[in-house]
Amino acid sequence: MPILDMTLARDGKVYFWTSSVGRKLLMAITGFAFVAFVTIHALGNLTAYMGGSAMNAYAAFLQGMAHGGGIWVFRFVMLAIFLIHATTAISLTLDNWAARPKGYREKKPQAANWASRSMRYTAIILAAFIICHLLHLTVGWRVIAPGFAHGDAYGNFVRGFQSWPISMFYIIANLCLGLHIWHGIWSFSQTLGWAHPRYDALRRFLAAVWSLLVICVNISYPIAVLSGLLK
Amino acid sequence: MSEHTKNLTLKIWRQKSARDEGHFETYQANNISPEMSFLEMLDVINEELIHKGVEPITMDHDCREGICGACGLVINGRPHGPRERTTTCQLHMRSFRDGDTITIEPFRAKAFPVIKDLMIDRGSMERIIAAGGFITAPTGSPRDANALPVPKTCADLAMDAASCIGCGACVAACPNASAMLFLSAKVSQLGLLPQGQPERLTRVRDMIAQMDAEQFGACTNFAECEAVCPKGVKLEHIARMNRDFIKSAILYRPPQASAGGA
Ligand code: FES
Repeated sequence: MPILDMTLARDGKVYFWTSSVGRKLLMAITGFAFVAFVTIHALGNLTAYMGGSAMNAYAAFLQGMAHGGGIWVFRFVMLAIFLIHATTAISLTLDNWAARPKGYREKKPQAANWASRSMRYTAIILAAFIICHLLHLTVGWRVIAPGFAHGDAYGNFVRGFQSWPISMFYIIANLCLGLHIWHGIWSFSQTLGWAHPRYDALRRFLAAVWSLLVICVNISYPIAVLSGLLK
Repeated sequence: MSEHTKNLTLKIWRQKSARDEGHFETYQANNISPEMSFLEMLDVINEELIHKGVEPITMDHDCREGICGACGLVINGRPHGPRERTTTCQLHMRSFRDGDTITIEPFRAKAFPVIKDLMIDRGSMERIIAAGGFITAPTGSPRDANALPVPKTCADLAMDAASCIGCGACVAACPNASAMLFLSAKVSQLGLLPQGQPERLTRVRDMIAQMDAEQFGACTNFAECEAVCPKGVKLEHIARMNRDFIKSAILYRPPQASAGGA
């Protein structure tokens, strides 16, 4: 790549991982994995509506996969996905900020919407939520999960959502999740090159419906507990 | 005549040199005919400034017919002003109302340093082209149009990409100052035609490397670029470039010093 060396006196080697598009692809793939996970997670919890024993059996099944090793493999994979998604996001964001050191006095967004413009902020809320959520329902930290009992997923779930502050935080986090994956689904499909005028409208529609579905299922849980439907 | 002319207040970015801090200056534009183009209106202002012994406003322009891409300004927060699919030089004063205040700023990006006032240096875009936006094989003088048949749909799509005039409005509009729309148009116009195939995978790789080195931002799919592009270049091309990049990551073969016969 002589032109790069000639014009900018930089090392012109291209590395997939450091190029902007390469990092975007990593974000897209990990984002896709997260969307898949959050969808299955939301649907799996529907077992709560089949009663406490059904949900506990589902939880026991997840805990027991591959003699109890499965869940640890899964946890490490999720952690790796999280770290890749977060580090690429941070490094791209810093690059993007550096790309316009001086802003405009007046700038009117033409196409960017709420969801796309809030990605960085919803991301921070989601990261905080994931930590709390794990402390609450996986670790069972007494401060936020009084009366936590290992093995009683359903009981922990109901006791958790009976607390108004926890339910509220959960609902807010889910609204953020909805915004984040609404733009996320559209965005990862674009980055991965799954875009074509033939199905672009459908792609927009799918992103909206998918994210709406996930958060409706999720938000139904605190509402069901608080209204006394699940106890 | 006077009832049709307009009086406007202009807030214009003035900057003596690349190193100057720069600031906004307010000017009055009186008796502006709606038939004038935006640049002609600025010519009138400059004429007055020269008479007053003030340094005229520097702005970039060349063809004034919407094909060279030199004239981009951010007018009231939108690159090339309020009209869709219109360059600054093709924008007319009938698009503004009497008494309007118009803010005029240069395109802003790390990769587009301001040279003076409203004029920026787009050399970064040229270097991206130089990094691979062409075909290496000498093609000689123009051939007969039908010597190499290309289906109409492909030719049309390539032409859509080739309509990019390299004005930089996509970069100016992008909240990340990303040049992906520009790049994708330049990658696609060759990637969609037979002559562009042999170097397709090295081209996308080299051009993206140059884009990164020039410190353009990365795309977050806001779609701002598509909305302001004066030539209507579509996001579809970005997706195509991403596909090419993925293919290139898998199939790229580095050039070998000893490669090739005799
Ligand atoms: S001056 Fe050439 S496009 Fe406007």
